[in-house]
Amino acid sequence: MLPPIFGVLFDGIAYGMLLFVLSVGLSVTLGLMNFVNLAHCAFAMLGGYTTVVLMQDLHWPFFATLPAAFFIAALASIVVERTLYRRLYRASDLDQVLLTIGLAFISVAIAAWFFTTQQQPVDMPAYLRGSYQFFGLNIGVYRLFLVAVGVAVTAMLIMTVEHTRFGAQVRAAVDNQRMARGLGIDVDRTFAVTFALGSGLAGLGGALAIEIVGLDPSFAFTYLVYVLIVVSVGGLGSILGSFAAACLIGISDVAGKYYLPELGAFLIYLVMVAVLMWKPAGLFGRR
Amino acid sequence: MATAPTTPQAYLQSLSRWRPIEIAFWLVTLVPFWLFPNYLSLANQIAVAALFALSLDLILGYAGIVSLGHAAFFGVGAYTAGIFSKFVWGEVFTGLIVAALMAALFGYVSSFIVARFRHLTLIMITLGLGLLLHSAANSAHWLTGGSDGFQGISVWKVAGLFKFDLYGKVAYAYSLCTLFVVFLCARRLINSPFGLALRGIRDNWVRMPAIGADSPSHIRKVYTISAAMAGIAGALIAQTTQTVSLDALSFERSADVVVMLVLGGAGRLYGGLVGATIFLIARDQFSGIAPQYWYFWIGILLVTVVMLLPNGILGGLSKLVGRWSRK
Amino acid sequence: MSAVDKKASAGIALATRGLSRSFGSLVVARDIELNLPVGARYALIGPNGAGKTTLINLMTGMLPPNDGQIILGGEDITTLLPQARVKRGLARTFQINSLFAHLNPLEAVTLAVCERRGIAARFWQNVAVNKDAIEEAYEILSKLKLGDVCYQPTRELPYGRQRLLEIALALATKPKVLLLDEPAAGVPQEESGDIFEVVAGLSNELTLLFIEHDMHVVFRFATHIIVLVGGAVFTEGTPAEISADPGVREVYLGKRHHG
Repeated sequence: MLPPIFGVLFDGIAYGMLLFVLSVGLSVTLGLMNFVNLAHCAFAMLGGYTTVVLMQDLHWPFFATLPAAFFIAALASIVVERTLYRRLYRASDLDQVLLTIGLAFISVAIAAWFFTTQQQPVDMPAYLRGSYQFFGLNIGVYRLFLVAVGVAVTAMLIMTVEHTRFGAQVRAAVDNQRMARGLGIDVDRTFAVTFALGSGLAGLGGALAIEIVGLDPSFAFTYLVYVLIVVSVGGLGSILGSFAAACLIGISDVAGKYYLPELGAFLIYLVMVAVLMWKPAGLFGRR
Repeated sequence: MATAPTTPQAYLQSLSRWRPIEIAFWLVTLVPFWLFPNYLSLANQIAVAALFALSLDLILGYAGIVSLGHAAFFGVGAYTAGIFSKFVWGEVFTGLIVAALMAALFGYVSSFIVARFRHLTLIMITLGLGLLLHSAANSAHWLTGGSDGFQGISVWKVAGLFKFDLYGKVAYAYSLCTLFVVFLCARRLINSPFGLALRGIRDNWVRMPAIGADSPSHIRKVYTISAAMAGIAGALIAQTTQTVSLDALSFERSADVVVMLVLGGAGRLYGGLVGATIFLIARDQFSGIAPQYWYFWIGILLVTVVMLLPNGILGGLSKLVGRWSRK
Repeated sequence: MSAVDKKASAGIALATRGLSRSFGSLVVARDIELNLPVGARYALIGPNGAGKTTLINLMTGMLPPNDGQIILGGEDITTLLPQARVKRGLARTFQINSLFAHLNPLEAVTLAVCERRGIAARFWQNVAVNKDAIEEAYEILSKLKLGDVCYQPTRELPYGRQRLLEIALALATKPKVLLLDEPAAGVPQEESGDIFEVVAGLSNELTLLFIEHDMHVVFRFATHIIVLVGGAVFTEGTPAEISADPGVREVYLGKRHHG
């Protein structure tokens, strides 16, 4: 028999993987452009509702809705980037915060209008339900699936960033934007593509999150806080940083709720403030 | 521009002179007593929110510190005033002072963290500290009443003479006087050498050390002062409504006050006052609609302000006046 | 103060000992030894990327060195914060204007004067009561021909005036040593003479080091020239020695090659 701490660790890591998929896009785009996008989780919420609509109204299988959640969120982000964000790249932090928080408010209201403020029920396919017994531990199938997705996304991102031409451009632009421009890299276009990919991943994360945390219009703000914590703890522009931070925050949150339920979310805020005091640029940040 | 000043000193003196429009503004704040006697509790809320927005203006509008956790100090002030009048004594002015000191203490301690950061990390730190305090207050049920709210505040008559009435007449008069006094202090601060240094920090953070300025020390100071002011605002709401709810510390309150300030125009002293007035009157008028749709309009408003009115309503107006008077 | 030989530092306003800095494998400052005598007019020249601005950043504390010391008037200031160095009399200007866009020149220079006098933290008094500080600020502005525009917002000033305001802000700190990073950068040639006339008219007790690309200006105003190449001091000497040096001609004036 394994002690419950392993169960807590496993659930924490699974939760961390979810946070990672939700937040990695924001981390990279922040590292690229320093654009403070507080509407990031609105795209995640869009992905979530895409899955809900496709499954409930059109009876798509769960797996088929995941790419759709990705593409719809990516598409929406391209529209927003072209029309609004683009003009504020060189604006102050405050303007960026105001604009994107405004968009998040609007998205919450629209979601409430179409879907009410109720939680959206989703029927997971049978093969994702239930759990395995493993030396006395209860391993949820869906959580196992989340870990697999998280590892796959990480591997894919690292492959893309390390071994493709596009990845090299992203790395150069994050490293030193002026030099990248000097080398003839179209940083704005690189950013637009990265932004779409990042928002798409958020959309995927939103779809995956329904089973774990549910989906209602407040998602855009509740999870924004978690995502921002992951991003700032991990360090801007760092994929591995986001991965490590997501695991840290996921485990802290699950462990906090298991061992110290009366403290609520206190623990993760404490972890964040402590990490930032120790390393202002985050665990893997360079600036 | 008025006539050319005779000396540089006279010029700087002239910048802090009271203008007729300012006097008119403060006279207008008295109008609700006669014209809207049924809306005095709303007027009281506006005065409190205006004071809170003014406190944020000092750090956001003048020193350029974007804070998403300013409700922390509002909440500390509110709970301190509540606890003080319930368990110690109910005299209101000492309550205000104790609340201001407690909020200043919290502000002073967190200012050492805040002064080290800029940009996103700073926003995150203010947000994180705000959330930290919110969940701490939620957990400390024995002290704060948690999500049930803090009940049982009993305050004495203001100056031993005026009892808080149901219509909010005394409440509004009390809050308005407090707002005015704090405003005078803030106005003095803005026109001081320190005010100049704050504007320097906002304008060019990098240059400040090159003129020998210790910006972190300035930031610690203004953050503490701003926290004390926010604490006074929180104390006012606790004393005049005789209850403190957990949302005094909430993220929504932090976000709302940023919206009010930006709507009115940051860095203009009156921006927060005007913004709070418009924001709360609008919310009162639209109180029929559910809160989630109220935020839809706030969102539209924010996008519009950023895209079309970068300096808020007062900024837009002063630009309009400038264009008109140049013709 | 320790470890610095008093006798060797007599009459030296600013010195560096073995100052080095690198970013990874890129060396931007290599073992730099400088001695600026009090009242000197030094020019710092070198090809693009030679590390001239980096050297100023190192000396003023905006960039920490990997190794070496910076000595101001006999005191080791290597570990001091930039603002503390300014307080001890080491000021600089910036190659790209770094001004206070929404303050007017009078306010900006008054702020710098207040910072020096240690009264900038006074939040309880009107700035206008500090008559001496304001008059001192106005005097500096008048001396730099900015008296007539000192009530205009800085961002509306003509570019050449903004360059002068750069110098005015530095002078308001009452420096003993002033480092000027291309004071006339971006100014049309016919106006750049005006800026250097102002520089030349500064007090003789003030020690000056300036970066400049225009060789006519350098030979006219400098009493001593330091040539920096690849982050290291290539050579130094009087204008006559430098113009006669064939090595300098090759790396710098001759444009045959450079790194």
